[in-house]
Amino acid sequence: MIAEDSVLLRIGLVKVVEMAGFEVAAEAGDGPELLAAVEEHRPDLAVVDVRMPPGFTDEGVRAALEIRQKWPNTAVLMLSQYVEERYAADLLATNTSGVGYLLKQRVADVEEFIEALRRVAAGGTALDPQVVAQLLVRRASDPLERLTARERDVLALMAEGRSNAGIAAQLVVSESAVAKHINNILAKLDLPKADADHRRVLAVLRFLGVGG
Amino acid sequence: MTIPPRLRRALVRMRRDLAFVAAGVPLHLVPALLSWWALSLLTDTVTGASPNAPVVLTAPLTLLVIAGYGFTEAQRWRFRAICGVELPRLRFAEGKRQLGYNWLVGPLLGVLEVLLLGLVLVALVAALVLVWVWLVPAQWRGGHPGYTTTGTYLTVLGLLALAAVPPLAAGLVRLEILVGRAVLGVSRSDELARRVEDLTESRAGAVDAADAERRRIERDLHDGAQQRLVSLALNLGLAKATLTDLPPEAQEVIDAAHREAKDAIEELNNLVRGLHPAVLDELGLDAALSGLAARAPLPVRLRVDLPAELPQRTAPAIEAVAYFVVSEALTNVAKHAREATRADVTVTRLAEILRVVIADDGMGGADPSRGSGLKGLAQRVRSVDGTFRMSSPVGGPTMMSVELPCPM
Repeated sequence: MIAEDSVLLRIGLVKVVEMAGFEVAAEAGDGPELLAAVEEHRPDLAVVDVRMPPGFTDEGVRAALEIRQKWPNTAVLMLSQYVEERYAADLLATNTSGVGYLLKQRVADVEEFIEALRRVAAGGTALDPQVVAQLLVRRASDPLERLTARERDVLALMAEGRSNAGIAAQLVVSESAVAKHINNILAKLDLPKADADHRRVLAVLRFLGVGG
Repeated sequence: MTIPPRLRRALVRMRRDLAFVAAGVPLHLVPALLSWWALSLLTDTVTGASPNAPVVLTAPLTLLVIAGYGFTEAQRWRFRAICGVELPRLRFAEGKRQLGYNWLVGPLLGVLEVLLLGLVLVALVAALVLVWVWLVPAQWRGGHPGYTTTGTYLTVLGLLALAAVPPLAAGLVRLEILVGRAVLGVSRSDELARRVEDLTESRAGAVDAADAERRRIERDLHDGAQQRLVSLALNLGLAKATLTDLPPEAQEVIDAAHREAKDAIEELNNLVRGLHPAVLDELGLDAALSGLAARAPLPVRLRVDLPAELPQRTAPAIEAVAYFVVSEALTNVAKHAREATRADVTVTRLAEILRVVIADDGMGGADPSRGSGLKGLAQRVRSVDGTFRMSSPVGGPTMMSVELPCPM
């Protein structure tokens, strides 16, 4: 299910989503259309542009919140020219599973974008590094000061919703090193240890002041 | 027969002055008559001379109030239409000046006008005495020998008097204009106050128009160029991902184009966001600033303290300026602050003032008079009556403090 008002981009998005092995059930050009289509098809995943007609403000966010509320089984990935931590907070406040919020231009890195699509569809989280950076700006104090630069990098990647393997690949270190960093971070921030990726993301996001 | 131009000009002038004076007579004397009528009725009421005087008295009194305004307007017309002198429009409620003009100064001027017009009439009659003396019965002429000598004297006197009319009329007109401006006109300070009001209004309009224009450009770029660029980068990304059997040179070209497209998006995004972020309209200053802080190339600590119990949000124009200040300041820090490792942004609202402070721990030595960035910043702050202060001693730290008025 894809909602995007720019026709050009919609065509491209459909291509990428099909490449990822999803089947596009419907396309929409604005909020009401999107909600009607979700109600009809009950897709596993909706990819939603934030700024859509008629008002070109935050229609996408509002539609996404409604989808999360009415059809919790539909995961939502929001795309936007600019990411705003406030919208991320709104979106994560209800439920952090099956939520994604990425800059539109991330679509151009096809492999990474497909990975994020799959992660969100499988009930994970995909937050843009920009969103995480904004969340960290808001918390530029207190226990964060106790983290080393490397640990901060790992924390940011955790907040994006990546797995240990994903973090290791991004930082070009071994998975065991990542696990060690994560343990240190959780200890320094007084966060509960959690084995499941998702629970860990939740803890980190809650620490950053968002998430239910 | 041609009239010499100087004489013609003098005649035209005299005609105008006399018309002005003549128009003034009823306008000045009718109020005087009205007030005299009211006064006599009043004395009748007091002395009880006439039983229905109190009832009749209401008529002139009402007329006095309403007529005052009407007479003022009529006077404005007289000054404008005949002399080309603009008097400012007075509101009905501004009664003091109108009262002074119509009921005190006016009648005196009216008397002068009547005297002047009387002089003109008498002078004309005297100057033409030898013409109309033939109209009287012949016996009278017979009974008054030597009348031609007297008539000649009268004619000469009349002509002299006529010659005196133009300067007198011009003088009276000048006096009237002086008096009119002094009593009905606006004082210098009032005029300046009005001008300041006008300028403030037009400046606010200009600021708003510039804001609206920035919003429009942001919207157009978002819906147009930015979507196209993303689409381009996406297609190049697809090409990169699917065309794996290309020769390495072609792969290289696609790679380079893909990178270029992504950089272009990044650059355009930052530029457009600097114009006017959409989130500023929707969620306000606090929400918009975190995006700025996160994109800065050095760690930024952001503290926004806007009391939640404010009656309404800060005005959009002020928010836009505050956003611009932070945006420019952080750009400056990134560009010029040598050895800066961090920046602090603090936004606080103190009653009717929005205070924005940006500090960095660089080497200092920033000079607001140099560099167009800081100048533009100071100008934009001034455009909404804000104050801009900067302290940047050599060796640091640099601190910029901006205060913007937020009238409740």
